[in-house]
Amino acid sequence: MSLFDDQDAAKRFQGRLSTASVLMLIAFFILILRFFWLGVVEHGYYQTRAEDNRLTLVPVVPNRGLIFDRNGVLMATNTSAYTLEVVPGLAGNIDETIEGLSKVVTIEGKDRRRFKQLLREAKTFESIPLRSRLSEEEVARFAAQRYKFPGVEVRARLFRSYPLGETGSHALGYMGRINTKDLERIDEEGQAANYRGTDHIGKTGLEQRYEFEMHGVSGFESVEVDAGGRGIRVLSRTPPVSGNNLNLTIDARLQQVAEQAFGKRRGALVAIDPENGEILALVSMPTYDPNLFVDGIRSDDWDVLNTDVNKPLLNRAIYGTYPPGSTFKPFMALGALTVGKRTPQQAISDPGYFNFGNHTFRDDKKGGHGMVNMYTSIVHSCDTYYYILANEWGIEGLSDFMGRLGLGSKTGIDIDGEAKGVLPSPAWKERRFKRPEQQKWYAGETVSIGIGQGYNSYTMLQLAQATAILANNGTGYKPHLVRSISDAQSGEVRQMPLEKTRDVALKPEHVEVIRNAMVGVNKEGTGTRAFAGAKYVAAGKTGTAQVFSLKGGTYSHGGTKEFLRDHALFIAFAPADKPKIALAVIVENAGFGATSAAPITRQVFDYYLQGVMPKGPAPDEPGEPMPEGRDVVHYVDPQDDDYDAQKALNTPMPGPFVQMPSTTSALPVRKKP
Amino acid sequence: MSRSINWRGMLQPWLEHVDLPLLKITALLMLVGLLTVFSATWSGQERMPSQLMNMTAALGLMFVVARIPPQRLMQLAWPMYLFGLVLLVLVMLFGIKVNGAKRWLSLGFTRIQPSEIMKIAMPLAMAWYFHHFENRRWFTKYLGALLILLVPSALIAKQPDLGTAILVFSAGFYVIFLAGLSWWVIGGLTAAAVAVAPFAWNFLHDYQQKRILTLIDPTSDPLGSGYHIIQSTIAIGSGGVIGKGYMTGTQAQLEFIPEKHTDFIFAVFAEEWGLIGNIILVVLYGFLIERGLRISLRANTTFNRLLAGAITMGFFTYAFVNMGMVSGILPVVGVPLPFISYGGTALVTLCTGLGILMSIEKHRTNR
Repeated sequence: MSLFDDQDAAKRFQGRLSTASVLMLIAFFILILRFFWLGVVEHGYYQTRAEDNRLTLVPVVPNRGLIFDRNGVLMATNTSAYTLEVVPGLAGNIDETIEGLSKVVTIEGKDRRRFKQLLREAKTFESIPLRSRLSEEEVARFAAQRYKFPGVEVRARLFRSYPLGETGSHALGYMGRINTKDLERIDEEGQAANYRGTDHIGKTGLEQRYEFEMHGVSGFESVEVDAGGRGIRVLSRTPPVSGNNLNLTIDARLQQVAEQAFGKRRGALVAIDPENGEILALVSMPTYDPNLFVDGIRSDDWDVLNTDVNKPLLNRAIYGTYPPGSTFKPFMALGALTVGKRTPQQAISDPGYFNFGNHTFRDDKKGGHGMVNMYTSIVHSCDTYYYILANEWGIEGLSDFMGRLGLGSKTGIDIDGEAKGVLPSPAWKERRFKRPEQQKWYAGETVSIGIGQGYNSYTMLQLAQATAILANNGTGYKPHLVRSISDAQSGEVRQMPLEKTRDVALKPEHVEVIRNAMVGVNKEGTGTRAFAGAKYVAAGKTGTAQVFSLKGGTYSHGGTKEFLRDHALFIAFAPADKPKIALAVIVENAGFGATSAAPITRQVFDYYLQGVMPKGPAPDEPGEPMPEGRDVVHYVDPQDDDYDAQKALNTPMPGPFVQMPSTTSALPVRKKP
Repeated sequence: MSRSINWRGMLQPWLEHVDLPLLKITALLMLVGLLTVFSATWSGQERMPSQLMNMTAALGLMFVVARIPPQRLMQLAWPMYLFGLVLLVLVMLFGIKVNGAKRWLSLGFTRIQPSEIMKIAMPLAMAWYFHHFENRRWFTKYLGALLILLVPSALIAKQPDLGTAILVFSAGFYVIFLAGLSWWVIGGLTAAAVAVAPFAWNFLHDYQQKRILTLIDPTSDPLGSGYHIIQSTIAIGSGGVIGKGYMTGTQAQLEFIPEKHTDFIFAVFAEEWGLIGNIILVVLYGFLIERGLRISLRANTTFNRLLAGAITMGFFTYAFVNMGMVSGILPVVGVPLPFISYGGTALVTLCTGLGILMSIEKHRTNR
């Protein structure tokens, strides 16, 4: 290498090195520009992104409002329990996980089935309960082995619980896990954000109607999480606001007394305070335990409830419609007085039947009751008196008056699922039937309407309301279950406004006549035996509703299949001079109204007015001897009126009391007590 | 004679071959590295102690290499290159596949990554080549250089290990560039590269294509390959001007940054120290490069000049490619941040490079 070459090469090398230096400087400058862009110009954006990464808002579910009866007895509360929960998205193979868990804690077949059911409805990262109410020991055993089960954890959760069990379940309703339909409702109410952490919602009854009162306002925790979503620490917390408490009109002990009075019998009872429409007891028997539903009902429990021939899930008190039978008579008499069709003194001579056209409507007493005035017509439940009255009065006027008592229309009670019933009238019949010959109103139909049979079909709630209106001299308040709502935090109590919904212009002297007659029922009539020895004066009326047409056959109480037997009814209020309680009760397939229904009423009144605890279920008083040759038919059709599919989803099929052929044309009616 | 003089006497043969400015800058970078590795790993598997051992070993190697005179290095150049090439072929034939890439050779007791050897062997061989063939006709000269450059680069790229391939290729290319490759050729090659790029695209592996695509739009695959870039840019951006403070970066501490103690450690550093820290770090690398270039400039043989220049520019490549990918302006390739990322292999390679630089600087006067 020559010196020249060397120098030349060195110079060229220096040039290249300078070029490289400049390029590297530029490259580093670009890097710094990039850092400036990210850290200064776009700093705010990335700051937010980093915070979003790190912070998660975790909803804190508020305590659900409690439910108290009118005396402060706790009917629904929240209890803490450990549940074993699985997040399917994190747990890998679900079957293996469950199999492994079953070696640590007890997992029964029904738990698995319920889990599978919930799994189908759940989102991937939703926590699904596998076992509820773990024992302390099970919790400890799981904790020791939890590393084996990713996506599985034990959580302490608040559950709805009903300390009184089956008592009042049809009024309280039950809770269940939120489903798609519930989500729609939540959205409609604009509550979606508030329900982010909530798993359960009221499905029926008060739990459902007052859902948004009792839910409360969710709180939020700002939690720092790592990339795996694990919470590291809580940075801030907005506490939840507990839901409001409901104070019911129900008297839980009265409710219990009434339910126990039924024993194993099916039926319904509604007791109302006539002065304000407060429902003191709302009984539907058999009842069920709403605790079973709290965390998703197990399928076998559901099957038992749903397939039970006694339909425990059905709320008979507001959804079951029944012909009122003879309990209709006091209202007939009251109407006749009010519109001037009868005076109390007018009497008929009862031959034991009433001929209309070529048909004979019979009384239950062979040979008749003799001379019957209004008082005796009620006390002895004389049919002929009412056959004649109804025929004279005409369906239009009769129907109008009964409508003013609230029969055949919804009362507006504050739980869902109320049936409207049927208040028969020519207009109703025209709406109800399609063929012209069916739509026509036959005068003979009016006659059987007069004794509470025929198309007549009302809920016990409506019947109780009508009784309360009568007891309160014509003024009726909307029947309701919630008396006031109290704020769990401030204790502030919001009274529910009284709604005067019925104002029937009744003359006090007319009411007095009916009152007297109904007192007579319990003193010297069909209710005598049930009210023997009562220390208060109770007004009442028995009734029997026929279930099925025994065409030409002979009715005998014992010989008929149970579900085809007559229903026993009773309406009553007491004390007669200043009523504190009015009720309507039905015992399904129990036969004559004085059996079962009146003794149940006696126990309810004894407890409510005097604090007397009954010694056991109300006795089946042997009633008057069953008359023969009954062939009375009534028509009940729950498919009518505003029966809607939505409610049908929540309500099991109507009970066995509705199995009437609904398209049969009107048949004449005879007899009943 | 005092004890301290005695110590100095003992250290003398070692220290006399050490370039103090280089050592100081490197020590500063390693300190930053240790602190950041600690911050990134303290909550999980603690890496700082083993990184400290890695550094000690690598620095020891640096002292050893610094004592080897450049003439001896020149003799080692070809054997080392050929040895590396043979190993690369063996990798291709018998390599162990890990995560879909054949990069390692099993020696029974341990695994080695032959491509790492090439990071040093390539500039050595290339510098040797130009030192001896400087005056050949440029065509034959560059044809030979091209072979030396492309064969190992291609073998590594095929493993596939794009990051290492880039480092090896660039180390060789820097020598060619510094040796005076005509600007016309450079311009022509650049133009050709741009023209061929669309076709070359098809030779890239799916995941490599994806990395380039996600560079253009990271949100196109936010949970896959875009995730790295998204999280690291968030870390850098949220660090702002002065940073979130040491060990308090949320992106790092809460595990949002993947590979946070290795390839993406810069995101951890940037989140903690902000723009000011980033500039200081870039300036430190700038000093390192400046010192390397100065050594290269002062070197008195072609081999020494080219080798020192190429190694220095190699440091630059490490730093630039790593910070570029972490900040989202370059595709994600496996290149560590020099002297800071956790890992012994990279440290050994880097410190060997440092040792060579020191050797060149300290043996200048001997000739």
